[in-house]
Amino acid sequence: MRSAFWRVLGLASCLAVANFLAPPAPAQEKDKVFKLGIVTFTSGPGAESFGTPGWNAAKRLIEAFNRGGELPAPYDKIGFGGRKVEVSVIDESGGTTKQVQELRNAFDRDNFDAIIGYISSSNCLAAAPVAEEMKKLLILFDCGTPRIFEDREYQYVFRNSSHATMDNVAIVRYLQKRKIKLATAAGINPDYAYGRDNWKDFIQSLQKVLGTKTGSELWPKFGAGQYGTEISALLQTNPSIIHTSLWGGDLQAFILQAAPRGLFKNRLVAIMAGDHVLHPLGKRMPEGVIIGARGVGGPFAKQSALNDWLVASTQKHEPGVLPSQAHYRMTQSVLGLKSAVEKAMAANGNKRPTTEQIAAALRGLEWDTPSGKIKMALGNGHQAIQANAIGVTKWDQKLNRMIVTDVEVFAAECVNPPAGIKSEDWIAQGFPGAKCD
Amino acid sequence: MQLASTILIDGLIDASWIFIVAVGLTLIFGVLNILNIAHGNFYAIGAYVAANAVGIYYSGSNPPMLGLLAMTGAALAAAIVLGPLLERGLLRFFYHRDEIVLVLVTYALFLILEDATKLIWGVNPYYAYEPYSLFGNVNVGRMNYVGYDFFLIGLAVFIGIVLWLGLNRTRSGKVVLAVIHDREMSSAAGVNVTKIFVIAFTIGVFLAALAGAFTAPKISVQPGLAVMVVLLSFAVVVIGGLGSIEGAAIASLIVGLSRALAIHLAPWAELFIVYLVMAMMLAVRPQGIFAPTALRKI
Repeated sequence: MRSAFWRVLGLASCLAVANFLAPPAPAQEKDKVFKLGIVTFTSGPGAESFGTPGWNAAKRLIEAFNRGGELPAPYDKIGFGGRKVEVSVIDESGGTTKQVQELRNAFDRDNFDAIIGYISSSNCLAAAPVAEEMKKLLILFDCGTPRIFEDREYQYVFRNSSHATMDNVAIVRYLQKRKIKLATAAGINPDYAYGRDNWKDFIQSLQKVLGTKTGSELWPKFGAGQYGTEISALLQTNPSIIHTSLWGGDLQAFILQAAPRGLFKNRLVAIMAGDHVLHPLGKRMPEGVIIGARGVGGPFAKQSALNDWLVASTQKHEPGVLPSQAHYRMTQSVLGLKSAVEKAMAANGNKRPTTEQIAAALRGLEWDTPSGKIKMALGNGHQAIQANAIGVTKWDQKLNRMIVTDVEVFAAECVNPPAGIKSEDWIAQGFPGAKCD
Repeated sequence: MQLASTILIDGLIDASWIFIVAVGLTLIFGVLNILNIAHGNFYAIGAYVAANAVGIYYSGSNPPMLGLLAMTGAALAAAIVLGPLLERGLLRFFYHRDEIVLVLVTYALFLILEDATKLIWGVNPYYAYEPYSLFGNVNVGRMNYVGYDFFLIGLAVFIGIVLWLGLNRTRSGKVVLAVIHDREMSSAAGVNVTKIFVIAFTIGVFLAALAGAFTAPKISVQPGLAVMVVLLSFAVVVIGGLGSIEGAAIASLIVGLSRALAIHLAPWAELFIVYLVMAMMLAVRPQGIFAPTALRKI
């Protein structure tokens, strides 16, 4: 026993000495690369629909930047302002406690210059204060909860995509524009921050605009997979519209179980940011479902040089796959960071900018992306807004895939609250300052 | 009346699925005294192999109903490969260690199999939707159900009866019961305990894989299936009594009906109703409803 103890101690001492004697990376070498960490689900139920597409999009974009000249201007310079980008992925699975520790390790131990990450709203809410405390650059890319920048101010934390309030407001504006009358609304949403916030925004907007009454509210666990009883409860109460912010495998399972039971017949179903299931479900996706993609991306994307690049790049590496919202949101997040780093470098005499200089450059920035213009308009310039599109699913015989028809595009200022007001209050007050023309 | 029948049917459908999922866990605990955290992985693997089997089977012009046999065969093949391999190759080395060590070993196995599944099948979803429409739809009053869900109730009853008869009315089953009650005494009496362990573990793996296989038509098969199944199975096994088949059946009914009641009448309670029932059981009868009588060695 004692000899084992001394062996372990000896080994630990050798490792410590070796680590101490190892030459530190030359400052010049370190300055040549920008270390970017991507936190996203590479395992678990969030991997298929969001995690892996997001990581694939980031990796391909960084590879294209490092080769240089592949993307249209202004994104044609090598890396970030000439510095090659070294990108690594960190798995978002494991819960908020693990994620907070991983974030500390990423900055303290692995010396990342910036982290782009988080799909789960709970992880975003937990990680943001940690990055702020560490004074390190964190860009949230996918989580939907509006509370991040509405509940407190940040200097080092940004979100380069809109929050989920606009998904719900846009659906309600769509119903209003299409003059659809609804008596009652029911919801089936995942029981965590994202689902709760979505339902609250949706039902309050609906009551405000159309005076619809609230029906049943169902809260299955994230990853539940079995929705038979929930479907019965929805059929039993027979609402005019069913709202859901289920996503990924949960949303697919819900649709696979609900469609044969006729849940999508004789009533409307609105799926928040649900474009990511169109391709995997194919013909099993019911027609006539109101759907969005949190932005003018995925099936709603408009033709542009940037969008053409994203579609071509995705299809080259993932044959038959059309980019969905995770590809778009990651792409716009990375493009925003690149724009900010290059702006900060330009202001710093083309020298490596500090974290504070990059943050200052990103604050209030506007940049072009495959899903249109992104503006850092909320949260003191830390929270993006963007236009949003809503449409209805329809099977296209010629294309042999599900498409969206009857599309309405709403301006960013129409479906997002103006600066200085919380989403909840903005909805409760009847959308003051909304610019919808 | 309509609401009552809907709650009852939803509860039974849910209970049947929960029973198929949990009964393998309770069997493994009963025989090997292992609280197998990797149980959910066998469920996930069953779903994946069934999705593969369904894909292959329905791509040809085969009789649709026999697709169910293809799913069963896939689950059986997975169990025959994994059961003996893991029991002989890993678990047996820890039988003489503390029970908590075995829990940690199966937790490690859970993590390994989670990644191995991803390595083999990737992160993209697999579908096995064809069998879901085999039994058409059934109307009960105003409510429309998929016939496949009623087939699952029948499957759960069938599995329960076969397991009970197998354990209580056959010679081999009685040998297994003897091992459950006292493995040392059984060994001294000439029972090949090693063989019983391998067979029981493989049957447990098969039941988990079978549950995954017959759930596959209702879901998109993708990473992350294992976790929720483990939590639910543990709740059922705790309520029913560790190692009791009858307990697992009653506990599944309690859990299924409680969930259905909560979703229809008090949706806010859905999240914790299973754990509330479990906590109440632990407070009133910590050994569960049907825990086998503990022997005291003198």
